[in-house]
Amino acid sequence: MIKKTGNLNKNRIISRRLFVLVAAKIGLLGIVTSRLYNLQISEKQKYEVLSDKNRIREWKTPPQRGIITDYFNNVIADNQRVYQVHLSLEEVSNFNNSIFKLKNIISLKEDEIKKIYEKKEKSKPWDTLIISENLSWKEFSKLNLYLHELDGAKPVLSTSRYYPYSNDLVHVVGYVGDATTQDIQNKKKIEENFVPGLKVGKIGIESSKDTDLIGNHGTKRFEVNASGKKISEISYNKETQGENLRTTIDLEIQQLAQELLKNQAGSICVMDIYTGEVITMASSPTYDPNKFTHGISTKDWNEIKNNKLRPLLNKSLAGLYSPGSTIKPLVALAALEYGIIDTKFKVNCKGHDHPYELHGERYHCWKKNGHGWMSMRNAIKQSCDIYFYEVARLLGVDKLSLIAKRYGLGSKVLEDFFSEEKKGIVPSTKWKKQVLEQSWYLGETVITGIGQGYIQTTPLQLCLMTAQLANGGYKIKPNLIYDKEIDIDIIKSKIESEKNKSVDQNILKDHGFKYYERLYRNPNNLKFVLDAMYGSTNEQFGTSFKSRHTEDKYKFAGKTGTSQVKRITDQDRELDLDLEEIEYKNRDHALFIAFAPYNKPRYSLSVLIEHGGSGSKAAAPLANKLIKKILDRHELREKIRKDLKNIA
Amino acid sequence: MLSMSLNSTTYSFIDKLKAVDYFLIIIVAIIGSISVFSIYSTESGNFSFYTKNHLIRFLVFFFMFLILSFIRVSAWYRQAYIFYIIGILLLLYVMLFGISASGSKRWINLFVMNFQPSELMKIAIIVCFARYYHHIQSSDIQSYKYLLQPTVLLLIPCYLVIAQPDLGTAILIAGSGLAIIWLAGLNLKYFVYSGLILLVSLPFVISVLKPYQKSRILTFFNPERDPLGAGYQIIQSKIAIGSGGFLGKGFLQGTQSYLEFLPEKHTDFIFTLFSEEFGFVGSAILIFLYALLIYRIIRIGFLSRSFFAKLYCFGFASALFLYIFVNIAMVVGLLPIVGAPLPIMSYGGSSMLSIMLGLSIVMSCKIYSRDPIGG
Repeated sequence: MIKKTGNLNKNRIISRRLFVLVAAKIGLLGIVTSRLYNLQISEKQKYEVLSDKNRIREWKTPPQRGIITDYFNNVIADNQRVYQVHLSLEEVSNFNNSIFKLKNIISLKEDEIKKIYEKKEKSKPWDTLIISENLSWKEFSKLNLYLHELDGAKPVLSTSRYYPYSNDLVHVVGYVGDATTQDIQNKKKIEENFVPGLKVGKIGIESSKDTDLIGNHGTKRFEVNASGKKISEISYNKETQGENLRTTIDLEIQQLAQELLKNQAGSICVMDIYTGEVITMASSPTYDPNKFTHGISTKDWNEIKNNKLRPLLNKSLAGLYSPGSTIKPLVALAALEYGIIDTKFKVNCKGHDHPYELHGERYHCWKKNGHGWMSMRNAIKQSCDIYFYEVARLLGVDKLSLIAKRYGLGSKVLEDFFSEEKKGIVPSTKWKKQVLEQSWYLGETVITGIGQGYIQTTPLQLCLMTAQLANGGYKIKPNLIYDKEIDIDIIKSKIESEKNKSVDQNILKDHGFKYYERLYRNPNNLKFVLDAMYGSTNEQFGTSFKSRHTEDKYKFAGKTGTSQVKRITDQDRELDLDLEEIEYKNRDHALFIAFAPYNKPRYSLSVLIEHGGSGSKAAAPLANKLIKKILDRHELREKIRKDLKNIA
Repeated sequence: MLSMSLNSTTYSFIDKLKAVDYFLIIIVAIIGSISVFSIYSTESGNFSFYTKNHLIRFLVFFFMFLILSFIRVSAWYRQAYIFYIIGILLLLYVMLFGISASGSKRWINLFVMNFQPSELMKIAIIVCFARYYHHIQSSDIQSYKYLLQPTVLLLIPCYLVIAQPDLGTAILIAGSGLAIIWLAGLNLKYFVYSGLILLVSLPFVISVLKPYQKSRILTFFNPERDPLGAGYQIIQSKIAIGSGGFLGKGFLQGTQSYLEFLPEKHTDFIFTLFSEEFGFVGSAILIFLYALLIYRIIRIGFLSRSFFAKLYCFGFASALFLYIFVNIAMVVGLLPIVGAPLPIMSYGGSSMLSIMLGLSIVMSCKIYSRDPIGG
């Protein structure tokens, strides 16, 4: 009985204790279940994101740069297929070993290897390293042959920038190179689309229009496993090509211009005097932009940098030169517009023995024996200095400055399109006070009248000036990229309506002008100046008479200029050395401005030969050949213009 | 005299078949099927090595469970201490001649499979303690003699398993033993005292822990401490479970496991995989199935007449609960990662063997429920 009650008691204890245990179990199960609820329902989204982060990795694919063409659709900046070798770091077991093997196959140089190691330091373990951007076909096929020995190495077909007319357009088109940290910081578009190996514009159109040219990068999303190995492609948001750009350049004329400038330092600019289209902007010497695409070698870079003729300088818009006698038509125009003198005003040029004198200073004409009595037309035609000393004195520098600025000097022609463009100097009394903190001397006015002294212009400014004279005195909008908004017919009709507009009193005061607005007071003044330029080229004793075209349709009008780089002493004058006898750096710059065809002007041009000697001998002859080419291609250009208009 | 005659109760074969708890068998079969599909999913839907092995083991041990159920419960009672001693001997054998893997020595090579005696010990300790407390009067339990003996019986296997080292299994063995001591009626104060002693000696215990064990415990409190090292498993496991959401990513669609972010996905983290693919609903159903299983076992305990059977069933149910709880709590980040498989679900022969063996003894208690077992 004792045992039985004991057993009963024991049974009770076990049951009671079990009850406690079961209660505990239910409690614990509740905890686990609520934890599951918490993870899978309350915080589901957080863990979903984490899970996707785990499994999905994005790779950016490089965008394709837009193509750049000339006006006639000739490709001047292309994307070319290149052979590359990439190294996928996550698949490389021994990096040093891989590089050693690659070195033997594709002949890497020591400095290239150094760069690769630097790049590797900055990469993440799953990144892909570009070992070589531009392999020859031979290297590429050799690489494929030994591929099985090279873990992680990948032969890749890619595209890179290629300039088919390498040297001819570098100052216009520019070149590309690897994006630097600065590039990425400065341009949002680059930052947004950056992928390792992305090429961005460094100078020229490539740089100015980078935002349009770059395009958008693509995104490949891959599912990866825990060790980062790609399992499958989930999505591919394809990269896009940047905008294709049509420039206003005529490749053939550009090439001719470069050819004409060969072995000399200088510039040739050609512009449509109505549309402002820059048809040619040549600068010499040039260099090969293709060398920069994959990083230029130190040797090549030094060669370019140390060339005394300064190939890196875009002389058309960053080279500053005294305009010399090419300013004379403008001086004459200013004097006529302000009514200082009339066209019959005469000055006697008496040669070196009787120079122009002012306050004890003596000013000589370039012509030793003098021109004799000069009227305005003759003075422009024969480029008499004495005449313009006197006209400038009468006119005053401030009026001259105002007219010079009005016709395009002293400001950037392409506005901010090229960062390197210079605005030059058009001096005035106010300018001298502000910049040099000195007062103006009348003697300085006198030499400004022949384009010497403080005045500094770029060849492109001279070209624009000529254009705005030749079109009858209307402000135009220079441009380098084809713009369908700029329509020749609209411009001509605007000009036509401006012509008949009555001018107000303030036309000769300093104020801003809108595009295609008339810049002159009296159209006869302009006509007179243009006619004088015609004489300069097409009449005997004209300074560019030897470079004239006799055939009517090629007839052009121009003005030579010879800009001194150093003051001519009396001794120099006496010696009267030939060009070859003067040290190169002391030789005069040769300039020439012109417009054509004379009877129905359409194009203006400027030619500059650094240290070329006289404008009539060195610069004007080039214009002869250029103008023939330009006019021969006029019909074709107009046809393209019409086609483009119809497409739009 | 009465007990003697009852001890020799005879059962006809029909009686035995009638007495079988078919409901329990069905639950085991369902969980077993789920486990096969889960292992199949760990292999990304390929019927290869792990799935094949797991299926074969499950089938073999499942039939073993059915057959061994007909061993008379009194036989288990009689051989209880022998069972315990065999367990201890096997543990000693492992210590001397066992196979090592990843820094611990846990296995005996049985050619067909590597056998882990500590898994067997989990059952042996329950059988042993059920027998031990079978006789003891509730009035005597609080005496020092009956306090000391089971403590020693429990400490020997625990020590041997910790020495392997295998903290997880040792904790499960200790937990199962303590559950029976509790059921037998040991005064609550002893549990409180020993709990306090453990707490006080904790710094000392930590100092003897292996560095990886320490790091696991520290990582448990702050998984982000070392996201690529010790914290990796728990972080990835939480991501997998959490991203499963309410309905889960679908069968074979668990990206975390498919892409190998999940470690140990066949064994300790099988619940994670299941939960990622079947979500909260699937997990709740699985937990419910386990709860049903435990309920059936406790029910059998109630139906049994003998203390041995009762203690065994309640003890085994508690142990089973402990295994399940520790495993799930571990993968959801409620407990440190200690290395405890999920019964039936996890890949691993020894674990499957011990669970099936344990279940067969439960079934034996059911079939021979009228056996009072002599004392």
